[in-house]
Amino acid sequence: MSNRLALAAGTAVALALLAGPAAAQKVQLEFWHGLPQPLGGQLEQVVQGFNASQDKIQVNPTFKGSYPEAMQGAIAAFRAGNAPHIVQMFEVGTATMMAAGPAIKPVYQLLQETGSTLDPKSYLSAVAGYYTTPDGKLVSMPFNSSTTILFYNKDAFQKAGLDPNAPPKTWPELIEATKKLKASGSSCPFTTSWPTWAQFEQFSSIHNVPFATQENGFKGLNAELKINSPLHVKHLQTLIDMQKDGLFKYAGRDNAPDALFPSGECAMQMASSGLRLRITKEAKFAWGAAMLPYWPDVKDAPKNSIIGGASFWVMTSPKRTADEYKAVAEFLKYLGQPEVDAKWHMDTGYLPITAKGYEAAKAAGFYDKNPGADVPYLQMARSEVTENTKGLRLGGLPEIRNIIQEEMEKAFQGQQSAQQALDTAVQRGNTVLRNFERANKG
Amino acid sequence: MQRRVVFENKWLPYLLLAPQVAITLVFFHWPAAQAIEQSMLLQDAFGLRQTFVWFENFEVVLSDPNYLGTMRVTAVFSLAVTVLSMVLALLFAVLANAHIRGRSAYKTLLIWPYAVAPAVAAVLWLFIFNPEIGVLGRALNNIGLRWDYRLNDAQALFMVVAASAWKQVSYNFIFFLAGLQAIPRSLLEAAAIDGAGPVRRFRTVTFPLLSPTTFFLLVVNVVYAFFETFGVIHALTKGGPGKATETLIYRVYLDGVINNDMGSSSAQSVLLMLVVVALTAIQFRFIERKVHYA
Repeated sequence: MSNRLALAAGTAVALALLAGPAAAQKVQLEFWHGLPQPLGGQLEQVVQGFNASQDKIQVNPTFKGSYPEAMQGAIAAFRAGNAPHIVQMFEVGTATMMAAGPAIKPVYQLLQETGSTLDPKSYLSAVAGYYTTPDGKLVSMPFNSSTTILFYNKDAFQKAGLDPNAPPKTWPELIEATKKLKASGSSCPFTTSWPTWAQFEQFSSIHNVPFATQENGFKGLNAELKINSPLHVKHLQTLIDMQKDGLFKYAGRDNAPDALFPSGECAMQMASSGLRLRITKEAKFAWGAAMLPYWPDVKDAPKNSIIGGASFWVMTSPKRTADEYKAVAEFLKYLGQPEVDAKWHMDTGYLPITAKGYEAAKAAGFYDKNPGADVPYLQMARSEVTENTKGLRLGGLPEIRNIIQEEMEKAFQGQQSAQQALDTAVQRGNTVLRNFERANKG
Repeated sequence: MQRRVVFENKWLPYLLLAPQVAITLVFFHWPAAQAIEQSMLLQDAFGLRQTFVWFENFEVVLSDPNYLGTMRVTAVFSLAVTVLSMVLALLFAVLANAHIRGRSAYKTLLIWPYAVAPAVAAVLWLFIFNPEIGVLGRALNNIGLRWDYRLNDAQALFMVVAASAWKQVSYNFIFFLAGLQAIPRSLLEAAAIDGAGPVRRFRTVTFPLLSPTTFFLLVVNVVYAFFETFGVIHALTKGGPGKATETLIYRVYLDGVINNDMGSSSAQSVLLMLVVVALTAIQFRFIERKVHYA
């Protein structure tokens, strides 16, 4: 009996060994991402779509925790000589990744070496621009991109005697609206998610003023922050005054305030366009989406907004083969196809990142069924990209974002003036930039 | 009278110690040595370029006014958490040790919070104190008290102290209760016969006899407040508003994980290690003298 069992087991092993080479013909790619559910599941569906579209390559997606955690994981894996083929990295980590030199393979180089072609022009310039070198070469593969927009509660507008189909276009109009909302009993007329991203990064882009020197850091590591300009100070002072008058509510850092609009607490909220999915699910009132307001007295306003979100980076490892790089290139090309792009956009609320993807979503009637879903795209595409609206390329940007939030919080508490807050933020932020410059030189 | 245990075999004691030593080496000495090495390096995130900078990271950290502010916050926070959690635990233990109806139910209920993970505890507190969705937070705002820990240093600090202390009360409670139960009844009865009231009995008999427990808990609680409150702070305030609730350990995390500054983060870990070593040494040197081991 036991002999037979051994024989059966032996046969099974032999068969497995025979079958081995056939299965191994597929090139296996490790892909680490930082999207929690439900977005992570949507992303894994995209990967499954690629795996099913051909029979040579198998991409294995793994969720590695939040973006900073995925970044830490990739760094640790690289140090151990075991980096994944592809890692998803948030936009504020771009400068760190670019400075990583031999740890990454720029996308343009990958395409060159593998003889693949991909037209960078098919991507929205405000999207691709964030991830290109100053001379326009694509370094990482844009993927999930969002931008900041204004969500507003149409029912609350109605109640306050405001036209629910005419959201405020400028800051003076917005302030006027908050006053009426407050008069009609709203305890939170206006709030913002992502205080730094929305009120400083996007604000600078829309008004075509620099966030930092050296073209927001694109030109070199020696950039310095410029967010204590009179316009920035005026803007922060406006927010402080509005907060005092009960027209604006500072409700925490990063995306902590996200719940306030869907719950009906706040009548207007600046937030990531990706919040749309949640609002659709949770909001029990009529709502609309609008472009970010601007100060009409600023000459160049309004320009396009900038992106957030993440891109895909190709990592190196001593063990990589040419076949593997080729497979990576295939995968990246698949992601830029209009159908893939449009489906991702419609499923998740992230931006379409190619003009063709936008057209495809339009042709599918997506914007007729979901009025306002095209606002983020139109806001991104509304002007030619200038040196101030390409995005940011600053080392230590996550730290700088926190510094700005800390100084804002002190200003909102009355511990310092708007000018002091931004002067200190610039000074502390510049220290971060100098440290990054020093650590990444040579 | 002293009996000494003598090992016949020369190697046996080493063999028995080996697992513990190995664990300490791998999980403490090795990482600690790496931290010390890293604290003297200037590195990019990927470790591709590094310069040996001696004590520069320490100099930068120690001359940063924000770091000194963080030290102050840590001192206030640790003291408050330790005192609050120990005083409350002692009070509860004394009460639960008394002859009252249903005291085993009280004991069980008091021990429960210890089983709650810090992050979960923080979320519970969020549902209580959040100004918009928290039960108490809303109530406070409704009666006209402006409660918003996101923009009020003192309120934020109060909240993280309360949440951290609440978690630790259960742990302290168990030890105090065990300590109380180990006190011989005869001593208390003798004191009672001599005419000492309950307060006096507690002050002159119970508390001195509890001192080994109290001392042990003091050391454990200070270490807890320094190192294990990360989850609560991370989930509740992320160190804000401003830097009002940023403790040393939270800053180590910020600089190491979020800001990718391994040199500074390691230097801070080393400093933190020194602080805790010093605190523990002080406790053993000065406070333990007053401890009476029965």
